[in-house]
Amino acid sequence: MSHAATSAHTEHNYLNHQKGIWSWLTTLDHKRIGIMYFIAIMSFFLLGGIFALLVRAELFTPGKTLFSADVYNRMMTYHGAIMVFMVIVPGIPAIFGNFVLPIMIGAKDVAFPRLNLMSWYMLMIGALITGSTLFMDRVDTGWTFYTPYSSIKTGMGVIPMVLGVFIIGFSSILTGLNFIVTTHKLRAPGITMTRIPLMVWALYSTAILQVLATPVLAITLLLLVAEKTLGVGIFDPQLGGDPVLFQHFFWFYSHPAVYIMILPAMGVISELVATFSRKVIFGYTAIAYSSLAIAGVSFLVWGHHMFVSGQSEFAGLLFSVITMLVGVPTAIKLFNWIATMYRGSVRLDAPMLFALGFMFLFTIGGLTGVYLASTGMDIHFHDTYFVVAHFHYVMVGGTLMALMGALIYWFPKVTGKMTNDTLGRISWVFIFSGFNVTFYPQFILGAMGMPRRYYDYLPTFTELNQMSTVGSWLIGTGFIVGLVAVIHGLIAGEKAGNDPWGGKTLEWTIPSPPPHENFDKTPVVTGGPYEYR
Amino acid sequence: MSTANHAGFHHAHHFESAEHQYQSSKQGIWLFLVTEILMFGGLFVAYSIYHSLYPQIFHAGSKQLSITLGAVNTVVLLFSSFTMALGINFVQRGLRLKAIIALAVTIVCALIFMVVKYFEYTHKFHVGTVPGKYAYTDETRSTTKVAALVKEAGQVSAEEREHTLHMDEEEYKHLRLLNDTHNWPLFFGFYFVMSGIHGLHVLAGACLIFWVLLKVLRNKVGPEYYTPVEGVGLFWHVVDLIWIYLFPLLYLVG
Ligand code: HEM
Ligand SMILES: [Cu+2]
Repeated sequence: MSHAATSAHTEHNYLNHQKGIWSWLTTLDHKRIGIMYFIAIMSFFLLGGIFALLVRAELFTPGKTLFSADVYNRMMTYHGAIMVFMVIVPGIPAIFGNFVLPIMIGAKDVAFPRLNLMSWYMLMIGALITGSTLFMDRVDTGWTFYTPYSSIKTGMGVIPMVLGVFIIGFSSILTGLNFIVTTHKLRAPGITMTRIPLMVWALYSTAILQVLATPVLAITLLLLVAEKTLGVGIFDPQLGGDPVLFQHFFWFYSHPAVYIMILPAMGVISELVATFSRKVIFGYTAIAYSSLAIAGVSFLVWGHHMFVSGQSEFAGLLFSVITMLVGVPTAIKLFNWIATMYRGSVRLDAPMLFALGFMFLFTIGGLTGVYLASTGMDIHFHDTYFVVAHFHYVMVGGTLMALMGALIYWFPKVTGKMTNDTLGRISWVFIFSGFNVTFYPQFILGAMGMPRRYYDYLPTFTELNQMSTVGSWLIGTGFIVGLVAVIHGLIAGEKAGNDPWGGKTLEWTIPSPPPHENFDKTPVVTGGPYEYR
Repeated sequence: MSTANHAGFHHAHHFESAEHQYQSSKQGIWLFLVTEILMFGGLFVAYSIYHSLYPQIFHAGSKQLSITLGAVNTVVLLFSSFTMALGINFVQRGLRLKAIIALAVTIVCALIFMVVKYFEYTHKFHVGTVPGKYAYTDETRSTTKVAALVKEAGQVSAEEREHTLHMDEEEYKHLRLLNDTHNWPLFFGFYFVMSGIHGLHVLAGACLIFWVLLKVLRNKVGPEYYTPVEGVGLFWHVVDLIWIYLFPLLYLVG
């Protein structure tokens, strides 16, 4: 690292600080790494999205529409695995967390810049290994890799697939670790833990989850590999093992993982709501600590994925009750956001539209979660399209909405240019409406009894499935418009000043794009993050 | 980032001081060790579940392991933790030569551990006490290799067992016990996975210690800057600690 960097001229920024593709691939600058994550993850998203559209297209008519059941199962698996492990889990923390977290706390970089770069490479290597299985022995297990199907029945492609996910998990652990230490150790003078922006609180809680939950996924996947190669018998009933143990282990990671997916999104929403309402955020501490509370409770509820696995009634009851508790901190956040907007000067720029979309869709997703957490109802809804609708409302309606909002919100900071607001709004209209057209019918389908992960369905379900498929085209259009907005912004965007939205957190006090070392001199902070009125 | 060099230690640009950087690195290493412990934690949970479900399997299986070899390895690892601690201390005090010796001894201990493991493993391959499906002679899983061996040993006298089959009475007894236990290969599934993953950590640890040894040789660490040595040392202690749990769980439970 050059020592001249400390005296960077103001007209120099992190983008032109060094030149050439090699300077990017070896960069230790958290902002550039954020951009590299953006490019990588958006490519995965495109791939996962194409699989989604194909899956939906196949379901346009009952029976065979385009391809065989075998191909369908594989596409569904890749869609789920790519979206979960390579898009939604790393998404907001790796892209926007990397970009804004150090700036928001007045730091020059994350604590371990090399480790940060290494995390990116691990994601890439993991993705390559996982992706390579597309051309190998079939993987058609679904993203959950349930035993005994994955361990005994299906092809050997499961092994590289799972090892790829293992490496991606490593990347996630290292990012989390980096963020925790950064938040603890690199805050500028005056930024106490109760003065950090809510986005930082969210990323911090997420990081704790990443560090504490992902190792369990790691061992689960290793055991699956051991099972498949050595036949160790831990999951194989014929050898004395128990396939349900896999589910316990898997969900002990994967339920917290759904909060790894949603907490950063909630952080984004807190920023958007504060900035676009021009009001001090209502209930800062409540929002901050509710993130930690969600993270804590999320470890205790995995059994709600296994109500029908034969666990004891008592366990079911317990898991049901604790699961509903998660609703409390979540509702705290929601009500605080609404209270912030109340009597604020709310401006409906595109990022704010996405924030409102988040609140609307996430609420539906969350409330239907309460249905599923009621043991009696879950017996009816389990493994039907109701579940598919539920998690898409939460993950796509929640996280992806926030991701789009974050993208447009921080785009001026990242590039120094604005995106076209009209394009942003058009994108929102398509995604938001398309989303409801796609997934709302799936609630009805599920309630009517259409099972999930099925290639075929009864003719009575045809109309609703067709609606859903048409909706998927609308969503696709929305994202394409979003992409156009980004490209248009890069080429022809208006110049953004330091603070185009009137934000109050630290990143808005420095030039856009930021200089190589973020701050010319270390900021000293004397107040909270949202000092509007 | 610039780290140590000949002119003393420069902390990286985003830290205030060398101390600040040291504290941050240390926190990072501790967090990483937490993830290691949680990962093994998953194995321990699975182990305890199955142990309580099928105590007989674990009883019969653990009898088959050599407590002597396990104990030797335990001592070797404990000793290596000691030499590692010495190594850190010598680096901190600038006693370069002593540090090099201490670290080298630690690496040798790691290698001794692996050699012992090698003998343990090969013996198990030999008598057929291997995990899951490999313990059985065919796909239908009707007989195990151990069953065949026990049958063969049962047809000859004790001396002949000793002579031609290289099997003492003790081992014969244990193999018969194993053979009478339903689903015993499950135990060896646990044994090989747990000790195997631990063994990989020992190897990784040895490589890391070698890496810091090189740093000592090249004068890249010393009294002003010893974070990598300390970090690797902590890792090594955790590897050691995990073995301290594995040894009684696998070898002594019976
Ligand atoms: C954007 C438009 C999307 C459409 C049209 C879509 C559609 C689908 C469909 C049809 C299925 C198969 C359901 C089944 O047969 O059980 C599915 C499964 C799934 N999708 Fe999506 N999806 C979309 C986006 C996403 C995103 C962004 C995620 C990210 C988390 C996601 C995560 C999943 C998961 C986890 C599954 C479950 C796979 C399984 O059960 O094995 N989807 N999706
Ligand atoms: Cu869950």
